Amino acid sequence: MRLDLVPRPEPSGRMALLSPVIATVLTLAIGAALFLVLGVDPARGLYVYFVEPLTAGWSLVELVVKAAPLALIAVGLALCFRANVWNIGAEGQFTIGAVCGSAIPVLLPDWQSPAVLPLMLLLGLLGGALYGAVPAVLKNRFGASEILTSLMLTYVALLLLDWLVRGPWRDPGSYNFPESVLFSSAATMPVMGEGSRLHWGVLFAPLAALLAYLRLGTSVQGFAIKVTGAAPRAARFSGFSGGAVTLGVFVVSGALAGLAGIVEVAGTIGQLRPTISPGYGFAAIIVAFVGRLHPLGILVAALLLALTYLGGEGAQVTLGLSANVTRLFQGLLLVILLGCDTLIAYRIRFERRGRPAAGEASRG
Amino acid sequence: MADFAIVTAIVLTVITAATPLLLAGIGELVAERAGVLNLGLEGMMAVGAVGGFAGAALTGSTTVGIVSAGLAGLLLAVPFAFLVINLAANQVATGLALTLLGLGASAMFGESFIGKPGLKLPALDIPGLTSIPVVGRIVFGQDALVYISFLLVAAISWFLFRTRAGLMLRAVGDSHDSAHNLGIPVYAVRWAAVLFGGCCAGLGGGYLSLAYTPLWTENMTAGRGWIALALVVFASWLPWRLVVGAYLFGAVAILGFHAQGLGVRVSSQFISMLPYLATIAVLVVISRNKLVLRANTPACLGRPFVPAR
Repeated sequence: MRLDLVPRPEPSGRMALLSPVIATVLTLAIGAALFLVLGVDPARGLYVYFVEPLTAGWSLVELVVKAAPLALIAVGLALCFRANVWNIGAEGQFTIGAVCGSAIPVLLPDWQSPAVLPLMLLLGLLGGALYGAVPAVLKNRFGASEILTSLMLTYVALLLLDWLVRGPWRDPGSYNFPESVLFSSAATMPVMGEGSRLHWGVLFAPLAALLAYLRLGTSVQGFAIKVTGAAPRAARFSGFSGGAVTLGVFVVSGALAGLAGIVEVAGTIGQLRPTISPGYGFAAIIVAFVGRLHPLGILVAALLLALTYLGGEGAQVTLGLSANVTRLFQGLLLVILLGCDTLIAYRIRFERRGRPAAGEASRG
Repeated sequence: MADFAIVTAIVLTVITAATPLLLAGIGELVAERAGVLNLGLEGMMAVGAVGGFAGAALTGSTTVGIVSAGLAGLLLAVPFAFLVINLAANQVATGLALTLLGLGASAMFGESFIGKPGLKLPALDIPGLTSIPVVGRIVFGQDALVYISFLLVAAISWFLFRTRAGLMLRAVGDSHDSAHNLGIPVYAVRWAAVLFGGCCAGLGGGYLSLAYTPLWTENMTAGRGWIALALVVFASWLPWRLVVGAYLFGAVAILGFHAQGLGVRVSSQFISMLPYLATIAVLVVISRNKLVLRANTPACLGRPFVPAR
């Protein structure tokens, strides 16, 4: 038996949409098998993981709160990946955005003004954008691989945050806990209802997705991104600068990740801590691919990934399963999805070794 | 004599910091020479680390630990090989996915080993030789994986540039179409190269949990897989240059801590940043010299092969 790839005359649009569905189903099947190995009833495991979070009001709120940063980051990453630019340092840009925006409530805790929050968001945006620009500049100027530099900068950012909250930015009244002061109400995202965890910051995600969707479809920059990714030579002949596109998508995706970072600390957490993200920057890579690198698809995919986080927390409490099962699920989903994506450009044919396939001539 | 002791201590710690990078790097070098870019190095090292720890802890034998570390890395390379070779999947994206999968799997399977004492690889001890001051301990007093790393570099260097099979492997990496037309089995060569890379990455991870710090902690690879990837570029795909790169990096990683020990007052976080910043600096410097890179970069690196029909 041999597996052959037969190129399709044109990429299959149907398969592009079906592939995430197939991958999700396969991941669930493997998940069920995994539960069996771990000694958990598979039906109950899958229910706790993927259905229970959808049955209560509070957990639906939590789903949106977790999906928002994922979607915000993934929209920016999708622009990068579309342009064949590999920003995998979103976790670092997220962290730097959070640090820059938090400078105001940490250094000026007594400043109470309506200007505080907008200024924090702006600083987060700028911080993320500048941090994202570094790998782009190193790539354009020196040809250094953006994959490696953006990832290295993530480790640097995480260590910087760690140093800040254990050192100069530690709350003196925290009894040596590594955390900053709690942000005042002027520096906190307003919530949508009294006592709710649903803050207005979640709206940045659909807003960014909508803007990205419109700009990708109708603007010259959007066209440049798509051409550069699909046919770099054609892009050069049409006068688009590959370097400018690289810098552009890195700055935009860095800015969105930075915004997600400051919204997360100002909205969901309320202070800086050594760990402010359960790997959102990396999970957003999965979100971008599951969402077909399409801004609107990403909104749906972000909910799916948020569900795995939430289900993981539930499984930890009710089934005693490790939270790391979630990371395994997320990785599996992406691996399987990328395998299924082969079906977009190719048909798969199995044939016995050494025998020419029937119908070869008729296909031409 | 005190100075000798310090020098010996520094060299010994540099060796422990460099060996995992060298092991993972030499495997990746072979895979990339065959045209496959495996960004899943970090994930394969992570499962190697937990596999090695588990193998040694459960059987009480560090030899089993070494074998199981290599096997764990190799096992994780199987889905990657199938996807990027047989299904022509995007190598960058699939490699990233493999890292996420490997880190998740290692964290999950390693959970029961957190806080358990591990076994440490025994060091060679040859009466008369190992006790020679400075040199004896450094040359004749290492553990098996250190010697294996150098043997691998020598063997790979010989294989790639002195054997027919090595020539075939490089041909597959430089032009898979020509290689295919010459009758070289492109898929089989790439499978072998990727599995070898996975096994080496697993050994590199195993070194971390069997020798560097004989215990298992989550994320103990700490980006070493990515640094090893950068080192392969630094080495411009030449095995012996990889040794230089790995030991240079080992020195950077370690010298910060020795500086701290000597009373230089810097926060530990900034010292931990050094290897990552050094990686960026090295990438910038090496990437500027386009001629050297172009001469050795496998021309088909990262490109999937689908035979024409």
